[in-house]
Amino acid sequence: MASRGAMRTFPCRLKVMLMLQILTQLMKIVEVPFALWQRYFGASRVVWLFLLPNMLLFGTFAFVPIFLNFVYAFTSGDQILLADRPYTGWSNFETLSRCDNYLDPNSCDRDIFWRALWNTSWFVTLQVGFMVGFSLLTAIILNRDIRARGFFRSVFFFPVMLSPVVVALIWKWILLRNGLLNAALEGMGFESFNWLLDRQWAFGWSVFLSVWAHMGFYTLILLAGLQAIPRDVYEAALMDRASAWRTFRRITLPLLAPTMLVVLVLAVIKGVQTFDEVYAFTGGGPGSATTLIIQYIYETGFAGAPRLFGLAAAASIVLALVLVVLTAVQFWANRRNVDG
Amino acid sequence: MANATSFFTRTRSKSGRWDWTDYASYGYLLLGVLVVFGPVIWLLLSSFKTEAEIQRFPPRFLPYVQQTVMVDGYDEPLAVYDIVSGEFEGRRLAQIRRVGLISQMVDPDEPGERLKVDIDDRQAIESVGLATENYTELFEQFSFLKYFWNSAFITVVATAITLLVNSMAAFGLSKYQFKGRNVMLIIVVGSLMIPQTVVLVPLFIVTKELGMLNSLWGVIIPGAATPTGVFLLRQYMLTIPDEILDAARMDKASEWKIFWRIILPLSAPAIAVLAILSVIWRWNDFLWPLIVLSENQNFTLQIALNSFQGEMTTKWSNLLAMTVLTLLPITFVFMFLQKYIATGIASTGGK
Repeated sequence: MASRGAMRTFPCRLKVMLMLQILTQLMKIVEVPFALWQRYFGASRVVWLFLLPNMLLFGTFAFVPIFLNFVYAFTSGDQILLADRPYTGWSNFETLSRCDNYLDPNSCDRDIFWRALWNTSWFVTLQVGFMVGFSLLTAIILNRDIRARGFFRSVFFFPVMLSPVVVALIWKWILLRNGLLNAALEGMGFESFNWLLDRQWAFGWSVFLSVWAHMGFYTLILLAGLQAIPRDVYEAALMDRASAWRTFRRITLPLLAPTMLVVLVLAVIKGVQTFDEVYAFTGGGPGSATTLIIQYIYETGFAGAPRLFGLAAAASIVLALVLVVLTAVQFWANRRNVDG
Repeated sequence: MANATSFFTRTRSKSGRWDWTDYASYGYLLLGVLVVFGPVIWLLLSSFKTEAEIQRFPPRFLPYVQQTVMVDGYDEPLAVYDIVSGEFEGRRLAQIRRVGLISQMVDPDEPGERLKVDIDDRQAIESVGLATENYTELFEQFSFLKYFWNSAFITVVATAITLLVNSMAAFGLSKYQFKGRNVMLIIVVGSLMIPQTVVLVPLFIVTKELGMLNSLWGVIIPGAATPTGVFLLRQYMLTIPDEILDAARMDKASEWKIFWRIILPLSAPAIAVLAILSVIWRWNDFLWPLIVLSENQNFTLQIALNSFQGEMTTKWSNLLAMTVLTLLPITFVFMFLQKYIATGIASTGGK
C-alpha cells in the first residue's frame, strides 16, 4: 500500500523537481553578469545592477510619460510624432476651459469635459459619503462580540475581489427592463421601470454599484483601526461609569479619527479615478449622465476619431493637479497617524 | 439612552443574554450577506437558463429546461407538450414546428401522422435542469479559450516579472548603504504618487513607439515595476538581520547568491502577499488592456466581456456564462487565500 502511494506521487514530485532544476539553471545564467560586475566594480556597486531593471521600467513607463504629458498638452494636432506636432502653448487648456457660464456645462466649448468634471465631483461626494458611512457602521458591528466574525468580514470583502466588468454585468442583469428588480416591483404591485435609461437613476445606481464593490476594503481598514484601540481605555471609562454614548463619543471616535482621515482621503483619491465599473455599467450614458473624467480622457485620446492627444493630455494634467493636492493631504494625514 | 447607544459601543457581551442590539447586529450582517451574495447567486442560476427562460418575465428562480424527445424521421430532438384541452386532450405530443397560433405536432408513438394543435391547448413539460449549452457554446462559437489564455498569460508572466524585478530593487534598497539611496527611495515614493490614469496618453505613445501595441507584452511590461511592491518587500527585508548576509559573505557567497539563496527564501511571506495582489490586479485589469489591445484575438477576458455586452447579437445566456467563468478563478483565489489577501491589502492600501 505504502509503496503504491509513493509510486503515485512520484511523477508529480518529479515535475516539481524538474521545474526547480530549470529555475536553478536559469538563475545560474543570471548570476554570470552579476559575478562579472562584482569582479570588476567591487561588491558594493552590485547594488546598481539590482536596481537597474526596476529603474529602467520606472523611467520608461512613469517618468518619461510625465514629461511627455506636458509636451503633448502644449502641442496640438492628431499626429503622434512630436516633430509633427506644432507648439500651441496654452490653447488646449483654453479650449477645455472656454465657457460662457461656468455653472452651465451646455454653454462650454467642451461641454462633455465640464459635465464629466461636474459628474465626477458629485460621484465622489456621494460615493465617499455613503461608502465611508456604511463601512464605519459595518466595522463597528463587526467589532462587537460577533460570532463568525471572520466569515462576515470576508463576505463584505468578497466584492472587492471581483473585476469591475463582472460587477457591472451582475447589476446590469438585475436592473434590466425584464430583470429581477422589476419583477420584484411588479410582484409588489409597482410599475416596472427602465432604470438605466433614466439619467438620475443611472447615476444613482452607478454610485450604489461602486459602494457595493469597494465598501469591504474600507471596512477592513476601519475594523483594524477599531481593534487597535486599547481595551483598558474602555475599562477605565467603565470604572468611571461613563455612559455608553459618552464612551463612543469621547473614546471611540477620537481614537479612530486618524484612521478615518486616511480612509477618507484614500477613498477620495480612488473615487476621482473611477472608470472601469461605471464605463462597463452604463458606458457613460444615458447621454453623458454618468461620464466621469477618466472616461473623457479615454474617449478624447483613444476611442474617438481624430484622436485628440493634446486635449486628453491637458485634461490629464487637470486631473493630476487634483490628485497631487489630495496626495499631499494623504501624506499629511499619514504623518499625523504615525505621530499618533 | 444608555441601552439605545450600547449598539455602537459595546464590544463584549457581559451576560449570555441577547438584547435588541444583538438582534439588530445579526440582522444587519445577514442583510449584508444577502446583498453581497444574492446578486452573485442570481447570476450563477441565470447562467444555467436557456435563452427562452432568460427572456421570460417575471423570471423563475431555478433554471428549467423543456423536456425533449427523439422521434423517428426527425434529426433534432423535439419539445414535448401535454395537451390540456381541445381535440387531442390528454395526449402527450412533440412539436415539429410552430406556425402562428397553430402548432404542428406529432405523437412520438405514431411518427407518421401530423396533428394541428392550437397553442393555447398545450402545456410545455419542464423540469429543473441546467442549460449547460450556454457554457459549451462559449468554447465552440466564441474564442473563449483564446481570451482565457490571454488573461492567464498576462497574469502569470506579469506576476513573475513583478516579483523578480521588485524583489531585486527592494533588496538593493534595504540591504546596501550607498550614495543616492535616499534619492532612489524618493523616486519610488514619487512614482507612487503618479497613478497610471494621469499619464495615459504618453504611456500609450511610449508603448506604441516600443512596438508593444496590440501585444500582450504591451499590457505586461508597463505595469511590471510597482512602487507598492517595492515598498512591501523592502519593509519586510529590513527586518532580516544583516549578520546573516555578513556570514554568507565570509563564506565567499556572491551578492547574487545572497539574494537568491538567502534573502528570497526568507522573504517568502511578503512575496506571497505581493504575488496574490499582483494576480488579482492583473486578472481584473481593465483600462490599460482596453487601450493597448484593439484586436479581437488579443482581448483579455475582461475586455472581451465588455465588448460582447455591447454587441446586439450577443445572447445574455452566453454573456452570463462567460461572466461566471471570469469570476470563478478569483473566487477560488479568495476562498483559499483570503487571510493573506486581507493582511496584504490592509498593509499596502490597495494599490
